[in-house]
Amino acid sequence: MGGTPTDLKLIDENGRRLDGRLPDDMRPLKIEAGVLSRADGSAYVEWGLNKIMAAVYGPRECHPRHLQNPERALVQCHYNMASFSVDDRKRPGPDRRSHEISKIISEALTNVVFTEYFPRTSIDVYIEVLQANAGTRCAGLTAASVALADAGVPMRDLVASCAAGKVADTMVVDLAKEEDNFGQADIPLGYVPRTGDIVLLQMDGDLTYEQFDKGLNMAIDACKKVYEVQRDALKRRYTARSIDAELSGDSPDAVKEGM
Amino acid sequence: MSKDVVADLKRDHIAKLLEKGMRTDGRKFDEPRQLIVETNFVGSAEGSARVRLGNTEVVVGVKLILGEPFADTPNTGVLTTNAELIPMASDTFEGGPPDQESIEVARVIDRGIREGHAVDLEKLCIEPGKQVWIMFVDVHVLDYDGNLFDAANIGANAAFKTATVPANRAGLGDDYPLPVLHQPISVTAVKIDGKILVDPTHDEERVADARLTVATIENGNLCAMQKGLDGSFTADEVFKVVNISRKIGDDVRAKL
Repeated sequence: MGGTPTDLKLIDENGRRLDGRLPDDMRPLKIEAGVLSRADGSAYVEWGLNKIMAAVYGPRECHPRHLQNPERALVQCHYNMASFSVDDRKRPGPDRRSHEISKIISEALTNVVFTEYFPRTSIDVYIEVLQANAGTRCAGLTAASVALADAGVPMRDLVASCAAGKVADTMVVDLAKEEDNFGQADIPLGYVPRTGDIVLLQMDGDLTYEQFDKGLNMAIDACKKVYEVQRDALKRRYTARSIDAELSGDSPDAVKEGM
Repeated sequence: MSKDVVADLKRDHIAKLLEKGMRTDGRKFDEPRQLIVETNFVGSAEGSARVRLGNTEVVVGVKLILGEPFADTPNTGVLTTNAELIPMASDTFEGGPPDQESIEVARVIDRGIREGHAVDLEKLCIEPGKQVWIMFVDVHVLDYDGNLFDAANIGANAAFKTATVPANRAGLGDDYPLPVLHQPISVTAVKIDGKILVDPTHDEERVADARLTVATIENGNLCAMQKGLDGSFTADEVFKVVNISRKIGDDVRAKL
């Protein structure tokens, strides 16, 4: 939080935000599925000025082995920010913030994966933040669930994620960096559109009950929009694949293996 | 492995009782355990509290040292929260560097007291950009029977209330009370088989599907939240927990 510079008007007379958005407008979101060759599944997300890559390996042998669960797969997320992803160079390697984000994203994804199909294995999800501009945990979770689907991991549904927050006493969705730094509250949400389940929820700042009610509903609506973009990314990837395969006479699987 | 079997058996037991509207220790679903708070427990700390929440016991110590502020907040003191889940407190805790669990505990406690402005950090500034008080809030878990989040949060609030800034020791005049602004109280609930239970025990936590912590301040506003575990909440369930938290938050504040 901290003090707002007095010359910074987060919302103008017309109700527009610094980048011209209205309160319930999201930043432009682009998702591409299947962008890495070695990973079993992957997704790249550009969301406003965020640039985030997610990769999935597995189900594969679980390391460390004492974490193996004889009944289920373990979904292990590793969220990492590149040292060059923020204005002041970030010290490389995991810090406490990234440990926490890894934990809550792992839990959110575990909720939708049919972990009982793959006992003793680990499904490793790597999220690399290449350029950060607020909302990286939501963008990372959004990318990770597309990557899991791209890897063919059986899931109940995708997890869609977006934050709401309070800026200049107004509830808005998808906070950009200045809004996050000088805003009054932030509510990151992970949502399963098909079931209405909330699988990730955090909040910091100061909100009345009514503001939280409004913000949560705005975030849910935003997640539904994110979900459409996620589905579209997967459809584009696999429509293109099957046409390629038909033209070359290969099966879709052969194409995926890079033959 | 044997622990998993025990957890399965206990889960059945807990679930059967829940069907009848009961908890293993006889509490109502929205009833927290008995809370005992003892402040100034550690003389060598600037502020401290020993908190017992049922069988869960933590000691929270506050220490202040002089140091430099962060470059982006030159006018405010520094708040650092750490949680030690020492092997003494549970057979599931191991020594060594903090794992994800203790990091989450520390960060959720930190978020509650930071976002709820428990301490007026701007008053901990001595010379902008040069010298500020750095406040360490260290949570030592002695006995772990679930719900560390709330026990530690209450301990931190209690410790702040009785803490002093050791100005004399630093040659900066007389000691004075730590500038306390609010009392952000966190309340944690878990969901088991669709039922919401407040202030879970260790057994309840181990079989819980999902967990939600909500911190509120005196006027009923929300200042921090954290959802945990693999399960999910509906929006209605979230509001149920929020309402319970606001009520219990008032009760706890009255006791501090």
